[in-house]
Amino acid sequence: MTDDQDHIAVKVESLSRKFGDFVAVDRISLEVKKGDIFGFLGPNGAGKSTTIRMLCGLLIPTAGQGTVGGYDINTRSEEIKKIIGYMSQRFSLYDDLTVEENINFFSGIYNVPQARKPARKQWVLEMAGLGDSRSALTRTLPGGYKQRLALGCAILHEPSILFLDEPTSGVDPLSRRGFWKLIYEMSKAGTTVFVTTHYMDEADYCDRLALIYRGSIIAEGTPGELRRKHMTADVLEIETENVVTAMDALGRSGIETAIFGSVLHATVGSAREDIPRLKKLLADAGIEVNRIEKIVPSLEDVFVTLIEQS
Amino acid sequence: MKLIRIQAIAKKEMLQIVRDPLSLAMGFMMPVLLLFIFGYAISLDVDDITTIVYDQDRSSMGRQLVADLSASGYFKVVRYAEQEAEIGQYLDAGMARVGLTIPVDFSRDLRAGRVTQLPIVVDGSDSNTATIALGYFAALTELYGRRISPVPEKALIEVRARVWYNPELKSRNFIVPGLIAVIMMVIAALLTSLCIAREWERGTMEQLIATPVKTPELILGKMIPYYVIGMVDMALSIAMATLLFEVPFRGSLLLLTVISTVFLFGGLSFGIIISIITKSQIVSSQISVVATYLPAFLLSGFMFSISNMTRPLQIITHIIPARYFVSILKGLFLKGSAIRILYADALFLLAFGIVTFAVANIKFKKRLG
Repeated sequence: MTDDQDHIAVKVESLSRKFGDFVAVDRISLEVKKGDIFGFLGPNGAGKSTTIRMLCGLLIPTAGQGTVGGYDINTRSEEIKKIIGYMSQRFSLYDDLTVEENINFFSGIYNVPQARKPARKQWVLEMAGLGDSRSALTRTLPGGYKQRLALGCAILHEPSILFLDEPTSGVDPLSRRGFWKLIYEMSKAGTTVFVTTHYMDEADYCDRLALIYRGSIIAEGTPGELRRKHMTADVLEIETENVVTAMDALGRSGIETAIFGSVLHATVGSAREDIPRLKKLLADAGIEVNRIEKIVPSLEDVFVTLIEQS
Repeated sequence: MKLIRIQAIAKKEMLQIVRDPLSLAMGFMMPVLLLFIFGYAISLDVDDITTIVYDQDRSSMGRQLVADLSASGYFKVVRYAEQEAEIGQYLDAGMARVGLTIPVDFSRDLRAGRVTQLPIVVDGSDSNTATIALGYFAALTELYGRRISPVPEKALIEVRARVWYNPELKSRNFIVPGLIAVIMMVIAALLTSLCIAREWERGTMEQLIATPVKTPELILGKMIPYYVIGMVDMALSIAMATLLFEVPFRGSLLLLTVISTVFLFGGLSFGIIISIITKSQIVSSQISVVATYLPAFLLSGFMFSISNMTRPLQIITHIIPARYFVSILKGLFLKGSAIRILYADALFLLAFGIVTFAVANIKFKKRLG
């Protein structure tokens, strides 16, 4: 192993996976540095889960190669399973077991040393905020707690690389924020985290991102890089009473717009020249504008632009 | 292989079984129920054969013959006919299976030392019962003939048959041990047929196969709780056989335990194979019942003697594990056979267990799709 590879937790080269004629993942290549939070973003069905399953040794790649923790994903998947933690998209603990029984089970399966078991169990219970409900049947827990327990059970053995497949889907916003705090702490403690999500607002938590769309990676970099590199146009935020009418009016003039809650985002060539033009267009259409200004594009703006380009 | 992982899986599986009272009850009730139903339903013994008598002679000798037949317990006179046509009516209606006519000159012929004929009709639609009825009838009339014969002839050869192992020739004694083997074969496969498919259906398998657990650890761990249930079922069956059906158990309980363990190892592995292949609880349970019940019932020699089968069928019976278990249980129950008699059958069961366990391990992939 060279020095360079010592810093790499996950490395993949032209990895593909087909299901029959359908190409779920199409020759993707990526690298994840040790200790990073690597965000794997994309809409549903883009190939995120297929990729993560290939990395965890659950699916055999159709073509391509890669390593996880230095082990070849094609030949050493059982070695990989010892050093990773994996949390699948669907909740997959035993809901007819209690919180504590689930923890004990995975402790046994991961062969956590007998001496460390009580401490690890206590740690998971505290992390998940389930200290008082250790004898509750898992099926009775609210979604956010289930999710944390699932995370806890996946990291009982203190894996060096953690794969999380849509860990926050179906979880309320407050729990989502708490969940990301946990991921942050683990990353600070040296764990590499490979996380998929389709919530674009979660992308900013990540050190690096890759955007996958229809099986191919269409952009990669830090959140800042992605904003600079792929967002040459300016984004204007328009506040008005009639968002939909405004969108129609601008659309007729060939301006790209998208509604974000109660405001409208318009992508234009240059803010300086286009703000007066848009003001006039809207005024001519009889729409009153409360506010119009240039904003820092969100990653969602970036991805909408990227997906439209591809 | 790590004992700690097998232990973790066995414990988890046990907890899940206990939390599901319906399936737990089924696991224990099924053998009891099946043994109860089949044990009473299947009987090859023929007694109280319904009989209609048309006595044309109306003599004391005729009445004596009928009394002898009734006293034997094999025949039960349901009607004394007034005319010959009644015999046909009773047999047609199934109200009698045997029709006996005592001819007008029956007593006169006998007193004169002449050979007399005794017309008897038997309902042959159940050929088994008919054959047995005729056999009983021939034997009883011969006894009667000798008794009333004025010059007792000394028979030159007298057959003194003794029946071993089952002196009363009670069919229940050889049916029940075989029945236990058949029922246990079905139950063993059925018990484990759900355990892998359930994890696929509930989505818990994805998490499990992402851990370093090894396939043999997973399969062994899952088998342990069902082995315990299987052994309890076995004990219940033996208790029912000896206490309820009064079948003698003459063999060694230790030997029974050892061989049952070997048998369950194969049966449980077989259920696991089906569970692995189907990945669906409903399909798996149905296949496991059909795939075990039919061969075990028809080809194990439990009811239908293997030596009476056609050659190709006889060959097929060699790959039916129930065949060996039927033979072992009959030996243990009725003959009190020791291991030196049973070892060949036991080795076949062991081979079956090893092969099915190996196949289960090969068939299970720690992969999705």
